[in-house]
Amino acid sequence: MTLESIAGLYNYWVVIFLMMTGFYIVLARKNLIKSVIGLNIFQTSVFLLYITMGKVDHGTAPIVPPAIAAEQAHAAHGTTEAGHAAVGHAALEHAETAQGLAHDVAHNLADDAISHGSELAHASTEIIYSNPLPSVLMLTAIVVGIATTALALALVVRIREDYGTVDEERILELDRGE
Amino acid sequence: MIDAIYAHLPILLIVLPLVAAPCCVLVGNGRAAYLLALVVSFLTFACSIVLLGEALDHDVIRYELGNWSPPYGIEYRVDIFSGFVMAFVSGIGAIVLVYAPLSVRDEIPASKHYLFYATYLLCMTGLLGMCVTGDLFNVFVFLEISSLSSYALISLGRTRRAPLAAFQYLILGSIGATFILIGIGLLYQMTGTLNMADIAARVPHEHGPRTVLVAFAFLTVGLCVKMAVFPLHTWLPNAYTYAPSVVTCFIAATATKVSVYAFVRIIFGIITPGFAFDVLPLDTELMLFSLVGIFIASTAAIYQDNVKRLLAYSSVAQIGYMLLGISMATPTGLSGGIVHMFNHALIKGGLFMVAGCFALRLGSVQLSDWKGAGRTMPFTALAWAIGGLALIGVPLTAGFISKWLLLTSAFETGRWPIAVLMLLSSLLAVVYVWRVVETLFFSEPSEAAANATEAPLRMLVPTYVLIGATLLFGVWTPYSAGIARQAAIALLGGTP
Repeated sequence: MTLESIAGLYNYWVVIFLMMTGFYIVLARKNLIKSVIGLNIFQTSVFLLYITMGKVDHGTAPIVPPAIAAEQAHAAHGTTEAGHAAVGHAALEHAETAQGLAHDVAHNLADDAISHGSELAHASTEIIYSNPLPSVLMLTAIVVGIATTALALALVVRIREDYGTVDEERILELDRGE
Repeated sequence: MIDAIYAHLPILLIVLPLVAAPCCVLVGNGRAAYLLALVVSFLTFACSIVLLGEALDHDVIRYELGNWSPPYGIEYRVDIFSGFVMAFVSGIGAIVLVYAPLSVRDEIPASKHYLFYATYLLCMTGLLGMCVTGDLFNVFVFLEISSLSSYALISLGRTRRAPLAAFQYLILGSIGATFILIGIGLLYQMTGTLNMADIAARVPHEHGPRTVLVAFAFLTVGLCVKMAVFPLHTWLPNAYTYAPSVVTCFIAATATKVSVYAFVRIIFGIITPGFAFDVLPLDTELMLFSLVGIFIASTAAIYQDNVKRLLAYSSVAQIGYMLLGISMATPTGLSGGIVHMFNHALIKGGLFMVAGCFALRLGSVQLSDWKGAGRTMPFTALAWAIGGLALIGVPLTAGFISKWLLLTSAFETGRWPIAVLMLLSSLLAVVYVWRVVETLFFSEPSEAAANATEAPLRMLVPTYVLIGATLLFGVWTPYSAGIARQAAIALLGGTP
């Protein structure tokens, strides 16, 4: 492993460092609050791991640039309006076959709109986007993490009310003394 | 209308308890919340029975969440295995709720009753969700829903040790869940998908990159914490002992089993037994830890004076039998492991219910306080005796069926030392079951026991439903061992 590749993986080193720090704190610290903080650091390292893997080289944020989005919306909107106009026209002129014709016309124009839209979309694929999914997953995991921390702190409050301390050794001593 | 409901059954199974839980909180009244929870749990049970029937008659039921086709959207899958597990989980959830009100009134302050039922429903949602989902990240989310609610449920226990036990479980459980999350992330990194079937098709097995190995290692260790496999079981005895009786009944019967389910899914669905057991030595490792766990936990159970702690250690041992079956990876062995999940859920659920009855009448679960209670509470004590026989694995009880399958498989694969060790370990179970039976029937009644009256019918009937089921499924097996065998063959079918 060359120095360059070690440096190139710096985000993973950060992840591993945080993971081990958090894990050590959880296992080694006897203070309940410190365990909760350790657990938090441990979970945060996993968030970073996921976000790292979602990043694509030279990729930008996975949001369609406003210019392309506007163009796309305009094109789709325009053709659909044309379709509606044609449908109205056809309905006036050929009342009897209006239904079938209107359907056909609308269908064709809708197809046009779609193919037009996909051409634009094709053009926009030249931009490289990062993968948004891992970040989205982490939003869920962050919520889970907050819930865990909240519950853990609530339990610590109750433990402190009952024992008068948040030190695990002291609590176990008190229990033995019972 | 009926058709529409029918088509959406897999999601109703989750949505019903999930929506009912906040409703319980909004109602804000213990009694109304109880009725709501009871109705919903039976509806959920009915849903899962219909789904299991469907899966048995036809094929795998697939449900696309929000009409997004997999692998882009989340897919819910009900096959025979998941249908079987969700049927017994929701069934036991419903029966425990029937049993609950008197015990809850005795052990939990009245102001918290509605919150208790809301949390109970959430826990059930999480467990059923883990069974029904075909999406790996969804498994993690549901695992956390069930875990977080079970920490909260355990902390409701009467003594001050309950919050401490819940806290210790929370720390270990969260580490386990985070390990699972790392494993899922690494698998996603290798395959670019979260759908379990899709991952299985894309993941490189032999000569694959080390990332896959690391992912499997994280998933295995994380799930072993949740399953309470020896030596990662340390959270379990305290959690089961100090939780309210009703919570112990439910969690002991279902939570670890659902983790075993997820483990089996990952080994047979994603890792494939060929890779896990032939390339990696996971089978020998699992067997080793199972057998050591069975002996150490059973021996520890013998020396317990607190009956709930005794049963908790016995649970750690019984998880070992399930893993033994899984590690043999033959149709007989795997079906033995799967059916033991079901049988043990019935037996342990029933026995913890008995403990709850005694706790209500005698105010204690210390063995010394149960002396002679068999004379004043004969039916409750008889339920213990029957459940205990099933736990040992005496013929005509459910425990015998699963142990028989495991023994057969051990002989089939030429692992007779394991068969001998299993028989020896059953003797340890005889000892700890007998200790309690002896105390109940052959000791001079303690003062509390002499003045005790038989447990109320509202608690005895659900207890006998579960204990009776252990006898029923000991002689009539098409719907226990039969389904388990079909599930095992389907699980092994994907591999040559």
